[in-house]
Amino acid sequence: MTQPLLQVENLRTYFLSRWGTVKAVDGVSFSVHPGETLGLVGESGCGKSVTCLSILRLVPQPAGKIVGGRVLWEGEDLLKKSEVEMRRIRGGCISMILQDPMTSLNPVFSIGDQVAEGIAIHRRLKGKTLWQKTAEVLGLVRISSAKARLRDYPHQFSGGMRQRVVGAISLACEPRLLIADEPTTSLDVTIQLQYLNLLKEIQRRSGVAMIFVTHDFGIVAKTCDRVAVMYAGRIVEIASVRDLFSRPAHPYTRALLDSIPNLEEQVDRLYSIEGQPPALHSLPPGCAFAPRCPYATRRCDHEYPPEVSLNSGHMALCWRVA
Amino acid sequence: MTEVLLEAQSLKKHFPVTAGFILARTVSSIKAVDGVSFIIRQGETLSLVGESGCGKTTTAKMILLLEDPTMGSILFRGKDLQRLTPAEMKEYRASVQAVFQDPWSSLNPRLRVGSIIGEPLVVNRALPSKAIQEQVRELLLQVGLRPDHDDLYPHEFSGGQRQRIAIARALSLKPALIVLDEPVSALDVSIRAQIMNLLKDLQHQYGLGYLLIAHNLATVRYMSHRVAVMYLGKIVETAQTKQLFSHPQHPYTRALISAALRSRPDTQDEEIVLPGEVPSPLDPPPGCSFHPRCSNALPLCSKTTPVPREQERGHWVACHLAETLTVATRATISAEERP
Repeated sequence: MTQPLLQVENLRTYFLSRWGTVKAVDGVSFSVHPGETLGLVGESGCGKSVTCLSILRLVPQPAGKIVGGRVLWEGEDLLKKSEVEMRRIRGGCISMILQDPMTSLNPVFSIGDQVAEGIAIHRRLKGKTLWQKTAEVLGLVRISSAKARLRDYPHQFSGGMRQRVVGAISLACEPRLLIADEPTTSLDVTIQLQYLNLLKEIQRRSGVAMIFVTHDFGIVAKTCDRVAVMYAGRIVEIASVRDLFSRPAHPYTRALLDSIPNLEEQVDRLYSIEGQPPALHSLPPGCAFAPRCPYATRRCDHEYPPEVSLNSGHMALCWRVA
Repeated sequence: MTEVLLEAQSLKKHFPVTAGFILARTVSSIKAVDGVSFIIRQGETLSLVGESGCGKTTTAKMILLLEDPTMGSILFRGKDLQRLTPAEMKEYRASVQAVFQDPWSSLNPRLRVGSIIGEPLVVNRALPSKAIQEQVRELLLQVGLRPDHDDLYPHEFSGGQRQRIAIARALSLKPALIVLDEPVSALDVSIRAQIMNLLKDLQHQYGLGYLLIAHNLATVRYMSHRVAVMYLGKIVETAQTKQLFSHPQHPYTRALISAALRSRPDTQDEEIVLPGEVPSPLDPPPGCSFHPRCSNALPLCSKTTPVPREQERGHWVACHLAETLTVATRATISAEERP
């Protein structure tokens, strides 16, 4: 196995609030290898976005705080880097695509300026060469007649094109890891498919590794090599895509998969998970899923389940498989 | 055959585009909905699917009387809405209710849940307050909440519970038809199944008709009996759900179904990636509005607008090539089936 590009070890990010400490990310560990795509799946509020922000140290301050763990980028701990060093890493080595293309572009700067900014900072290009490179990057995400459109503003682009521009900004400096936080939620299905295929193609060509944050198992099935399922701030299962869909080990993963309607067959009744995700400021001492779990025993309520390795690369946090 | 609840006859909604400030004049119009016809029977769910801007929400708004149709008519239990007496109109408004997408903005934060659910009863039925309270509690039970929840405010509930409150409010007047505008897309994945199952149970219990608007095709497949696919203000294909998903005929429907992501990694179907994006309804392409993105388009497609034709019983397709394409796919299928 190759050396992992990114290794997150026991990461914990807490937020201080009126109601107490919110353990948004509470002991998350995973690794990403060069060229692979890791899916980070879970419901809203399970900590998947905060995990990504913690990797780049972009957690909102002072409310949020990374209280423990290590984020190893090629063996070096990002949490110990200075702010100056971090700036070189963000956008240069690790970059991010945010959810909403409508708000992640600045309406008063032209598309060219916004794409060029990162290239100018990280690659130190100027003038004509910079403009040339910018047009090239836009061409890479299939913006037609890119050169002519450099002076256009975001409102002149459609939703799908804007999201491709955001992709171009992240890919401009040829990062080795791309974190995509629900990049297609605001797009229509036919545009979503175009975009996912484009990302896959760019990955094949450049070998960039990706972390794909999503709540949609369809996207996971299409794009990811491995999947981490998060619930209440922890990863409850990690597996290869195939294992996750064919042999889900954690009851939460299984319940999620059963509760999603699918396109291929007509089902009369879906399985539904009763109850709601727990509040992160008052988590139960045992397994966070226990109150909703049909297999929960008394032990699940009181003791936190251990990490159980099922086979190579398949891990679940559950007493039942232990 | 069950009773036809609602019938839409070539509904059109054109929004004028004006130029000038004081002496504003209409320069063109946006054809948000351009000749849409469908029926909804008692106890049946009809889904409208399509991408953003295809006119599905505008259609729903016309049925809820939130927009006046530019042309066409809506028949409720066989009666044209334009010919109803004021009393009958009030009855229509009571029998057609809505559940919206976002339960955070569709409930008044200053009212208690009891008043939110009871308000339609206060307005439409002259009942003593005791009786209203009684009914509210019953409704809460029915949607899976506790009767003593009527004292709380919306912010004290989670998204799924709020959507249950919105459903209880829609049910309070015992409607015949409920318009569901993306009822689960704002909810968490693990909550969606709960709400979809609740809606199905209520339909079964009361024989409700649903007009479901959704963009998630898997949701549509699970919830509906019939599906109408919309593209740029027109219905391009209508069929029974099973028929539509197993034998889609319009090229747009096929692309839409193939673009919806499969739920398992192993099911690899042919993938139709549509070029370009949906054209602006301000200036729709001439002829069939889908022809610029269609891989089978003929010169004819850019000239004449196709009329919906019935291919099989209850399966209507608006495409010049419906017959030829079907024959072609049948030929390839039988070729594949041969050993």
